[in-house]
Amino acid sequence: MSLLLARGVTKRFAGITALDDVALSVDERELVGLIGPNGAGKTTFFNCLLGLLRPDRGSITFAGRDLTRIPTHQRARLGIGRTFQRIELFAEMTPRDHLLVAERSRRGNGRLWKDIVGLGRPSPDERARVDAILHLLGLEADADRPIEALSLGRGRVVEIGRALMTEPKLLLLDEPSSGLDQRETEHLAAVLRQVNADHGTAILLVEHDIAMVRGLVERVFVLDFGTLIASGATADVFADAGVRQAYLGDSGSLA
Amino acid sequence: MDDVIRSVIQGVPVGSVYALVALGFVLTYKTAGVFNLAFGAQAYTAAAVHYELHVRYHWNLALSSVVAILIVSPSLGLLLDLTLFRYLRSAPSVSRLVTTIGLLVAVPNIVRLALRIGSKSTFGAVGLVPDGKTVYRPFGADYPVTRDELVQIGVLIVAGLGLGALFRWTALGLKMRAVVESTRMAELAGINSTGVGAFAWALSSAFAGLAGVLIAPQFANVDALNFFELVIAGIAAAAIGGLTSMPRALAGALGLGVAGALLAAYLPTNSILARGLKPSLPFVVLFLWIVLSPSVRGRRDIADPLAGVSPPPPAVSADERSRELTIGTRAFWGAVFAFLAWAVFTAVNDFWLLLVMQAIAIAVIFLSITVITGMAGQLSLCQATFGAIGAFTTTQLAVGQGMSVLVAMFLGAAVAAAVGGVLALPLLRLGGIWLALATLGFALFFTSVVAELSWVSGGTPKPKVPRPLLGPIDFASDRSFIALEIVVLVLVAVLVVRVRRGTTGRFLGALRGSEIAAAAVGINPVRARITAFALSAGIAGLGGGLLAMAEGRTNHTVNYAPFQGLFFLVIVVTLGTRTVEGALQAAFGYKLFQPLILERALPWLVNHIQPFGHVGALPKPLPFILFGLGALTFARHPEGILEFQKRKSLNAIQRRIDRRRTSKGAPEQPIVSA
Repeated sequence: MSLLLARGVTKRFAGITALDDVALSVDERELVGLIGPNGAGKTTFFNCLLGLLRPDRGSITFAGRDLTRIPTHQRARLGIGRTFQRIELFAEMTPRDHLLVAERSRRGNGRLWKDIVGLGRPSPDERARVDAILHLLGLEADADRPIEALSLGRGRVVEIGRALMTEPKLLLLDEPSSGLDQRETEHLAAVLRQVNADHGTAILLVEHDIAMVRGLVERVFVLDFGTLIASGATADVFADAGVRQAYLGDSGSLA
Repeated sequence: MDDVIRSVIQGVPVGSVYALVALGFVLTYKTAGVFNLAFGAQAYTAAAVHYELHVRYHWNLALSSVVAILIVSPSLGLLLDLTLFRYLRSAPSVSRLVTTIGLLVAVPNIVRLALRIGSKSTFGAVGLVPDGKTVYRPFGADYPVTRDELVQIGVLIVAGLGLGALFRWTALGLKMRAVVESTRMAELAGINSTGVGAFAWALSSAFAGLAGVLIAPQFANVDALNFFELVIAGIAAAAIGGLTSMPRALAGALGLGVAGALLAAYLPTNSILARGLKPSLPFVVLFLWIVLSPSVRGRRDIADPLAGVSPPPPAVSADERSRELTIGTRAFWGAVFAFLAWAVFTAVNDFWLLLVMQAIAIAVIFLSITVITGMAGQLSLCQATFGAIGAFTTTQLAVGQGMSVLVAMFLGAAVAAAVGGVLALPLLRLGGIWLALATLGFALFFTSVVAELSWVSGGTPKPKVPRPLLGPIDFASDRSFIALEIVVLVLVAVLVVRVRRGTTGRFLGALRGSEIAAAAVGINPVRARITAFALSAGIAGLGGGLLAMAEGRTNHTVNYAPFQGLFFLVIVVTLGTRTVEGALQAAFGYKLFQPLILERALPWLVNHIQPFGHVGALPKPLPFILFGLGALTFARHPEGILEFQKRKSLNAIQRRIDRRRTSKGAPEQPIVSA
């Protein structure tokens, strides 16, 4: 059974159909890509998945549950983690703090009275889990530096770590390579591959960097002008003439 | 029917002045993105200058009004833009709001000091024209209109048409509209947005001056508070126009004026409703409009799409310190507290004891600001009101119901927390300036209506609140009561620190950093903020109860008036919103800075060190000026300027320690991260 299943998702903005009858699925432990030219509707679709927008028609289910009426923060508790295209970090907190917040949120046991009687500090158990993720992502050296001192690339890794702390079954990544150079992109791809292998986390990757998509994902969905024009195994989709035309123009060749 | 016509005729002139305020207000909000609460201070400045020139120096009325409205006011606007607001374009809207609140506190006091207006100067107010009270009857014998009122309507028509023409038909107006959309884009298109912004500030300040001079005759004396309430009416009208539509703001202002007159005509005279509701109508409208209007609910703060290009500087991060320094600072504070304890419990007289008692209770109220502003990053302007709720509840339960006053105090805190939680429900989706405004509306409404109810205040004479009796221990004497207060203060401080280090504090910190990212890891923003709001209201209520016991009664006007609430915020923001220390310093500064430093220590020092002349007590407005101006630094140092300086100097000491150690060849210690 699919972990994430979107069917017939349609979203209109004042006469413009941003998404038209889009269907997409992600299986457990699967690496899936969603590509398309600028303005294809990728971000709109993403926001529908996250509950920031509500689709006009269609349904989105996650692990068999209908997501339509579930607010954003509860989707996170169901097991959907995400990162942001325009990086969203917590100012004045260290990477370790970022991860601790997410861990506490996952446990959902942070009542006010516990803080008041002095039980609010991180437990050894929580610290151990945070250390494990810091180690997995190679963030140990930066763990206690102020977040403002980190580069964009490290910031993206912190975002991934923060999302991982909630033990997501599905990780949604919105153009994680934007603003990164070649080396940082490769490092990021390696991290994602490892996360998928170690934790069995399914990943839905929205991405411009074709090389990264090709190297990482097993299946690809292609959006163009709000409609799904192709989907299937990565190699097949990139061989498809229609995709080439939509994405790269007639004479394009995929690197 | 006669009543309706009479109300319209009475309401339109007042509405016209509201409209001038609303127009000027929308002007700065649109072109500079600044929600200018200091507008009232600007109106006051013009009215005070006008009055001084005309009455004290016997200038011609026309000349003094031209100087006040066309020279002083625009210059003040230019000055504010030149020294402050043009550097705050990309600062968060909350920082800009704090800046204007600081100005609102500081500017009128600077004017008072500069013009040597004493606290009890009697003001027979003057308007724009001589003999303003002359009555005309253009609409028939039953409907009198004064000359002042006709002038108010006339000025609005001229100013409104002028402003409309400026925006519609001039190149400058077009540039202003472009700057409104996006300052950076306009700059890229070759518009000197700095110049346009400066012009908008000068123009809107002239509107403030115009409104100030026009409305002055309606007040008994030219007092800054009157003008502050005038501005609230203008803001309510502007809010009806969504803060951006000038025609709708104008209609809202006129409607507000007429509605006020209608209320006066139809409500039974001398009832609480008539006395309270009419003056508080603008506050009620402001509050309800913000809470109920869908146009406000859906709105986010104005944000320039390119504003993120130059983000505000990061705050100083937590630093690692060596053991010596930690021990050193702790020893320092230990010595300070030991000295204070010695002074309070053995040395000082009743005058100082009362101040210390008040300061400790105020410190508890200030810790509520540490929670809501420091931790949650929200600007609440009604923390003083929560203090009042706690104080009133304590008084009523202890005096009316004969309950133990300690129990009554905790129940008072619970009532304040409940009110805070309920109030938070409709407000917390708003955030930013809207939350600040709505809480201000609530504070003003509470003062003018709720605090007047005898079942709330206990009527006159004010009921006497007893000191607690705990088993065999009687806390009736000042010194023993201070000991009890210290226990309560320490408990609250421990609670605040624990909450900050615990889950709630971490969640609020995450929300302050990025609401969308916090929600993405499963944090419920609404719940976290309601918790913070209720907790902070409860703490403020506890402090209110303590203050009522310390003073023996509830002094609403002195301690909890809305303007007081603004000053609370300003002083805590200046001295540090993030730490318990900051709140303590703010409370002692609030109560002791004036009598200790300004009236005694500084004059003593000056008279003993310098050889020339004698200096008496320093003037009363000084603390307001100092702390008001201190709040201007909030945009750069949201942790508080004192906190910032303290960290900076501690870091310098730390570096010196490190250098000495490395030069001696001792093992490397953790180095302070910059």
